[in-house]
Amino acid sequence: MVTTSITVDDTGFLRLVLARADDALVLGHRLSEWCGHAPILEEDLSLANIALDLIGQARSLYALAGAASGHDEDQLAYLRDDRQYRNLLMLEQPNGDFACTIARLFLYSAYIDPYWRMLATSGSELAPVAAKAAKESAYHLRHSAEWLIRLGDGTAESHRRAQDALERLFPWTGEMFEPLPDDVAVPVAVWDAQVDAVLAEATLARPAPKWQQTGGRAGRHSEHLGHLLAEMQHLQRAFPGATW
Amino acid sequence: MSTPATPIWEVFIRSRSGLAHRHVGSVHAADATLALQAARDVYTRRGEGLSLWVVPSSAIVASDPADKEMMFEPTGSKIYRHPTFYEVPDEVGHM
Repeated sequence: MVTTSITVDDTGFLRLVLARADDALVLGHRLSEWCGHAPILEEDLSLANIALDLIGQARSLYALAGAASGHDEDQLAYLRDDRQYRNLLMLEQPNGDFACTIARLFLYSAYIDPYWRMLATSGSELAPVAAKAAKESAYHLRHSAEWLIRLGDGTAESHRRAQDALERLFPWTGEMFEPLPDDVAVPVAVWDAQVDAVLAEATLARPAPKWQQTGGRAGRHSEHLGHLLAEMQHLQRAFPGATW
Repeated sequence: MSTPATPIWEVFIRSRSGLAHRHVGSVHAADATLALQAARDVYTRRGEGLSLWVVPSSAIVASDPADKEMMFEPTGSKIYRHPTFYEVPDEVGHM
């Protein structure tokens, strides 16, 4: 059985909503991969909780995008191919080790937490979603920051792994600041201050500025997103409209 | 299992309607801050609480089960200590 992929003409409002929704869904899916694999039971639940927060945010945003595009939230999540996804490249990368997972969540949360806060008071159509998401992102930021501080300022090995994670992830962080239509803009200085404060406490060095990877917002993804979507979309592609 | 790196912490929650914090279980965590986060993530996923305490398990001083006879059995015969001889007026509410 073949289910035809959908394409969405994502200009203006739809472009903004899908970018934010795809970010939340893809990172939520990556974090959900830790379920049953985290270092301790407590962290297993923490990461699953955060994954569910993010997937909940994605659903709210897809519902808004659905009203504008004529597709429902399941169709938007399950029937778009990778070239139609608008998420940040950083978020689709494989989890790596625990330090890499935590560092990515921190770098993203340090951006998206002030973003939701600004959006919530902006008069945007997304303001109600942003107000709810801000409460969740505040915890994601705190949780990931506390862990990053302990990994960086922990053992020689945890420090090395946390520093390696930052070196790997930093070239993808510039993409977060690419402007989207009718959006609020988090000043780079706000993100810098948050990141620098936590890295200092974690005794980690901020990687030197290098070239910045780009393309996710235009649908040019790494090979990893296709694999992620294959797993996430398999059921709906094989059994269209399946429910339980 | 408690390890030197992740000791056990006892978790207490005050629920929406609760008057006092109640013991609900325990978590492993490296320190107090992470213990509070672990308690939040493990024990308040369904809106159970409005306030959380975590206490190092090692800080709890426990009675010895072998002392049960000495510690607790003598009270069994002292029924006059139970306030069952009073009528509590409804207006008093929770006691």
